[in-house]
Amino acid sequence: MAPQFILDIIAFISQPWPWWVAGPMIALIMFLLLKLGKEFGISANFRIMCAAEGAGDYADFFKFDWQSQGWNLLVALGAVFGGYMASHYFAGADGNIAHVSAATVESLRQLGLDYQEGQVPLIPEFYSWEALFTLPGFMVIVVGGFLVGFGARYAGGCTSGHAISGMSALQLGSLYAVIGFFAGGLLMTYVIFPLIF
Amino acid sequence: MMRSSKYILIGILFGMTLFKAEAVSWFRIYEMFNFQSFHMYGIIFSSIAMGILIIQWIKRTHMKSTEGKEIVITDKDKHAPRYIIGGTIFGLGWALAGVCPGPMFIVLGSGYTVLVIFLLSAITGTFIYGLLRKYLPH
Repeated sequence: MAPQFILDIIAFISQPWPWWVAGPMIALIMFLLLKLGKEFGISANFRIMCAAEGAGDYADFFKFDWQSQGWNLLVALGAVFGGYMASHYFAGADGNIAHVSAATVESLRQLGLDYQEGQVPLIPEFYSWEALFTLPGFMVIVVGGFLVGFGARYAGGCTSGHAISGMSALQLGSLYAVIGFFAGGLLMTYVIFPLIF
Repeated sequence: MMRSSKYILIGILFGMTLFKAEAVSWFRIYEMFNFQSFHMYGIIFSSIAMGILIIQWIKRTHMKSTEGKEIVITDKDKHAPRYIIGGTIFGLGWALAGVCPGPMFIVLGSGYTVLVIFLLSAITGTFIYGLLRKYLPH
């Protein structure tokens, strides 16, 4: 049995983290990478993985010194470990729950996704191998994943590269990209979701 | 080994943060695009606010990286079309998938092996972009 103060620390970390902890923490991560001479941007890993698999034979876009970008793959690998640790060792007292608002629970119900308030899971049921063969599951996993990978590279970055790094550096291009992120997100949520779910 | 472990530790901190703040949740992204909670906006805005201060501090003090070189933040090119079009496609995917690239890795680690398919789809998307790049407006 671990000493009491360790259990206290684990219980403290296991609470849901408020936005004012998470936001500055993400900025700190960006700073640590800059201090190490790197730029924060997770979606670049997809390009690195393409290049590592030999995509350079098909398009010059994938001909670059990807070995020098190995550090970014390590950040992604760390994120995998972080997800494991958070979900297994620091799960909340009520399990891994998304503490969304009552209004959201109601909107989900109208979409046909029935949950009780306080019981919305962090990860939806349609993130499963079985759901892959249903319309919503296929759309979310295969089409959603494709659009994220295609759009991130087209825009030259994703949430970390543009919304965090780019906006922090006051880059106009990143502002355009973030406007695009929201235009696309709203179109999907309001217009396309009722057709899928 | 020491060099590698630094990046893995940064990744772990990133994964822990986004998981515990519920930013990896499809439902939180849905809530955000429905403007039903300040939570996700709070994360993004406070991160940018803090980020702006950090970048100004780096620039004004000509801060050096641990490799001893001055930290340079590369300016992004200013042609709007690629950001608007690419950004909109990304936004469609972000709302649909409920995960952006970082959370794909984090949710995979939390035990949902089907995220491998998300990643393969995203890598395929990046590959197709690379093939079509010269035909697309930027």
